[in-house]
Amino acid sequence: MRLFQSRDLQLSQQSSVWIIPHERKMAFTFAAFCYMLALLLTAALIFFAIWHIIAFDELKTDYKNPIDQCNTLNPLVLPEYLIHVFFCVMFLCATEWLTLGLNMPLLAYHIWRYMSRPVMSGPGLYDPTTIMNADILAYCQKEGWCKLAFYLLSFFYYLYGYVEFKNK
Amino acid sequence: FSLYVILHSSTTTGSASPVPNSYESVEGGGYSGTSLQASLRHLHPYSQPFPSLSELSSALGGLGGVSELEAETLRPVNLLQERNILPPKHAPPPEPNLSNDLRKVNCSPDTFRCTLTNIPQTQALLNKARLPLGLLLHPFRDLTQLPVITSNTIVRCRSCRTYINPFVSFLDQRRWKCNLCYRVNDVPDEFMYNPVTRSYGEPHKRPEVQNSTVEFIASSDYMLRPPQPAVYLFVLDVSHNAVESGYLNVFCQSLLDNLEKLPGDTRTRIGFVTFDSTVHFYNLQEGLSQPQMLLVSDIDDVFIPTHDNLLVNLKESKELVKDLLNALPGMFTHTRETQSALGPALQAAYKLMCPTGGRVSVFQTQLPTLGAGLLQSREDPNLRSSTKNVQHLGPATDFYKKLALDCSGQQIGVDLFLLSSQYSDLASLACVSKYSAGSVFYYPSFHHVHNTAQSQKFQKDLQRYLTRKIGFEAVMRIRCTKGLSIHTFHGNFFVRSTDLLSLANVNPDSGFAVQMSIEESLADTSLACFQAALLYTSSKGKRRIRVHTLCLPVVSQLSEVFAGADIQAITCLLANMAIDRSISSSLSDARDALVNAVVDCLTAYRANGSNIQPSGLITPAALRLFPLYVLALLKQKALRTGTSTRLDERVFSMCELKSQPLLQIMRMAHPDLYRIDNMTEQAALHLNDSVIPQPPLLQLTAEKLTREGAFLMDCGSVMFLWVGKCCNETFIRDVLGYPNYASLPSNMTEIPELQTMYSERTRAFISWLLESRTFHPAFHVIKDDTSAKTSFFQHLVEDRTESAFSYYEFLLHIQQQMSK
Repeated sequence: MRLFQSRDLQLSQQSSVWIIPHERKMAFTFAAFCYMLALLLTAALIFFAIWHIIAFDELKTDYKNPIDQCNTLNPLVLPEYLIHVFFCVMFLCATEWLTLGLNMPLLAYHIWRYMSRPVMSGPGLYDPTTIMNADILAYCQKEGWCKLAFYLLSFFYYLYGYVEFKNK
Repeated sequence: FSLYVILHSSTTTGSASPVPNSYESVEGGGYSGTSLQASLRHLHPYSQPFPSLSELSSALGGLGGVSELEAETLRPVNLLQERNILPPKHAPPPEPNLSNDLRKVNCSPDTFRCTLTNIPQTQALLNKARLPLGLLLHPFRDLTQLPVITSNTIVRCRSCRTYINPFVSFLDQRRWKCNLCYRVNDVPDEFMYNPVTRSYGEPHKRPEVQNSTVEFIASSDYMLRPPQPAVYLFVLDVSHNAVESGYLNVFCQSLLDNLEKLPGDTRTRIGFVTFDSTVHFYNLQEGLSQPQMLLVSDIDDVFIPTHDNLLVNLKESKELVKDLLNALPGMFTHTRETQSALGPALQAAYKLMCPTGGRVSVFQTQLPTLGAGLLQSREDPNLRSSTKNVQHLGPATDFYKKLALDCSGQQIGVDLFLLSSQYSDLASLACVSKYSAGSVFYYPSFHHVHNTAQSQKFQKDLQRYLTRKIGFEAVMRIRCTKGLSIHTFHGNFFVRSTDLLSLANVNPDSGFAVQMSIEESLADTSLACFQAALLYTSSKGKRRIRVHTLCLPVVSQLSEVFAGADIQAITCLLANMAIDRSISSSLSDARDALVNAVVDCLTAYRANGSNIQPSGLITPAALRLFPLYVLALLKQKALRTGTSTRLDERVFSMCELKSQPLLQIMRMAHPDLYRIDNMTEQAALHLNDSVIPQPPLLQLTAEKLTREGAFLMDCGSVMFLWVGKCCNETFIRDVLGYPNYASLPSNMTEIPELQTMYSERTRAFISWLLESRTFHPAFHVIKDDTSAKTSFFQHLVEDRTESAFSYYEFLLHIQQQMSK
C-alpha cells in the first residue's frame, strides 16, 4: 500500500493532482470484499460448530438416537469444508498470504479427517455404529469446541482485517 | 429347583402411566439426580434391627482364611525357570474376596466375569497395574435353575432404576439403599409379604434379594407394542454353486426334522425366500394344494408380490411347508444361474419382516455379484502369508451395515450362514449380522460329498440353531456403581445410547464384553456392583426381564489388584480390543499392542514388588499364564502373520473372538490337550454309574507328544485325535475299530461305538467334555503321516514356527522389552 502511496505522491508532486491508479483501487476493494465475505461465512461456520456441539451433547445424554443424529450431521460436513476451502481460494486470489497461512492447518486437518473417514456410501464422517464409543464421542466433542474457538478467533480477525482494509 | 412365585393380585396395576415411546424410557435411565446422596449420607447405614446377608461391611471381607488365598495368588513365579506352568486341571475362576454370605449369592462366573476381581479404588491405581478393566457377560445362557418372579411391582431404585438385588442394604423395615447410586428408596407394601415363606415383614428374604440371577415377568409398562410372535424367515441361495455344494438337502432335511421344535407358540410364523439372479417368494396359503412360487425379476427395486401368505402361520400351513421343504432341493437341480443377488433378497426380506420383526436366516454360498450390495473379490492369494499388514479386514461397502441398522430398528435379527469355497468377502457380509445382533456361521469348502466333516457339522449346528431358545425385540442395559462407567462395548448388537444395547434377537450362545473406566474415586465404598438387565420377549410372547448382579470388593493396594486378576477374562478382553484395533488401525499395531500389554503389566509388577530378582521373568502366580495366553492369541488365525491364512477364515476367526462366550474363546485360543491312550481310573470321576477318567492337561508343545500315544486336542469348534505311528494296537483296535495303524483311513470323523472297556472309557471322557457345550465340535482323527496333521500342529502354540516365536523365545523377548 505504502509503495503505491509514495508513487502516488511522486506523481502528485509532479502534477499536484491526487491520482489513484486503477489497479490499486481494484486490489483494495477485492481484499475488503474478501474479508467481508469471510466474515459472513465464518458466522455460518460458527453456527455449524455450535450445532455439532449440541448434537454430540444430545447423543451423550441419550436424548437422541445415533442413527437419526448421524443422518442430520453427515450432510453438514461437506458444506462446512467447502465453505472453508472457498475462502482459502479467495484469499489466495486476493494475495492475502498471512490470512491464507493461518487457515492452512485447518485445511490440512479437514483433508486428513475426510480421507480417514469410515467406509460410507454417502457424504459424511459419522458412523452410527461407532459414534457411541466413548473415545470417539469425546474426540468429536473436543473437535467441536476447538473449531468453535478457532472460528470465533477468525471471525474477529476478519473483522479487524475488514475494518483495516476499509479504512485504508 | 425353579421358583415360581404367584402373588394373589390383580393382573395389572391399572395405572395412568403414559405409554412409553422409546426403549430407553421403558427400560429406565441412568442417574437423574445426584444431589440426594449428600443429603442422605447422615443416615446411619447399619441401624437395621434385622441381621441379614445384605449387611455390607468391609470388616466381614477381611477374614483370616482369605489372606491365604491372596498369598497364594501373589506368590512370585519365575517363568524362565518354571517349565510346567499349566495346571493339570482347569483352574476355577478366581473367587472374589468377599464374606461367605455374599459369596454364596454372588452371580455365577459363567454368566458374569470381571477381569479384575478386586476393583482398584481410583483410575490412577488401575493405570499403575496396566491391566484392562472390563466385564465379560453371557446373559442369556441356558440355565438349569432360574427363579422367575411374577410380581405386581418390580422394585427399582427411583433415581438410577436399578433392580433390587442381593447387595442392597435395608436400613429398616421400610427403606432400602441402592448399592449403585446410594439413594434411599421406600419398600412398597406388596414387597413386605414374602410368598415363599408366607411371612410378612421380611423383605430381605424375598427371592429377588436372595438370588443374583432372577427373571421378572414384565408388565405392559415394559412394552412398546404387544409382544411379537416368533417369526422365522429363511433366505436361501439357489444358484448353481449352491446346488452343487448340496447344502439345500441338508438344510431341508434338518428343518423338516425340527419343525415341531422351533421355539414358539400358536402364533409362530414361517416364510421362505430363495434367490439366484432373481428373487423368489412362496405363497403358502392354507387352502392351496401345493406351494406357489412367485418370481420377482426386477432386482433394482424389489417389491413384495402379495401382502399376506408369504409369512404364514406355522400350525395352519404345516403341510404346505413340509411339501415345500421336500420339493425345494429338487426344484433347482438343473439350474444354470451362476449369479447371486443377495442384496435385493435381503431388501425383500426386510420389507417382508418390517411389520413384525423376527429372525432372518440367510444361507449364502458365493460372492454376491448382482444388484445392490454387490461385492468384488478383494483377496490377493499371494499375500496370504504376508508378514506385513493384512488388508481388507473391514467392509468394502456400507450397504450391509445400513441394512443391519434398518433391521435392528424394526427388531429383525439376521443370521448368516456362509458355505462357500471361494473368497466371499465375509468382512462386508458379516456386518449384516454384527449390528442386528445375529450370528455368523462359516463352513469353508463346504460340499456334501467331498467334505463330509463340514456337512455333518452343518447338520449338527442347524439342529442346535433351530431349537435353541430365542428372545425377540430385546434391549440390555449394564449399570455400575457410581464412579465406574462403561466406555466401549464388544459383541453383536447396536449401541443405542451410552449404556443401552439394542438386540433384535438374543440367543444363548453369544457373549459380550465391555470395557470400563473409573471416573470418580471409589474410596468411600468397599463394594462395587454391576447389574446387567436384559428385557426381551420370549418365543411364547411373554415379556421378561433377566437380571444378573455381580458384586466385587474395592481395594486400594496394587498388590491386591494383581492378586485378584482373572487371567482368562483379561485374555478375552485383550482379544476383543486387539481385533478392534486391527480393523481400525492395522494388524501389526494390534499385535504390538498385545505384546506391550504383557510387557507393561510385568514391568508394573516388578516396579511394585519388593523381591527383585534381576534375572528371570517374575510374575505373580495369578498372572503366570499371561504370556502363554497372549502368545496363543498371537498365533490365532485372526491375528497371525507369516502363515498362509485365507482372508475369510481370518475374518471369521475375528467374528468368533468377538461374539463367543469366554470358555469357548479360551478353548479356541489355547486348546486343551490330553493323552487318551493310557487313561487310568486314578482320580476319575464317578457319575451316573459311569467312570470318567481325568487325564491331566498337557502343554501345547510337540515335546509332550509321543509316537507311542494318541492325543486328543479340544479346540472348541473342532476336536482332533492324533494317533502316533507306533501307537499301541490295543488302542487302535478297541477304540477306533481298525486292526492296525496302517489300516486307519485318513478321513475318519467319529469314534465308533464298540463294546470294549477302552472304547467306553474314551467315549465317556469325550461326552463329559462335550456335556455343557451347545454346539458340538467337528471331529477329526489324524494320522501322523498325513498332510492333515498341519491343522493339528498349528495349535501347538508353544512351539517355534518359521514366522513366530516359541514360548521360551517369547519370554526372552518380553524380558528384553522390559529392560528397555
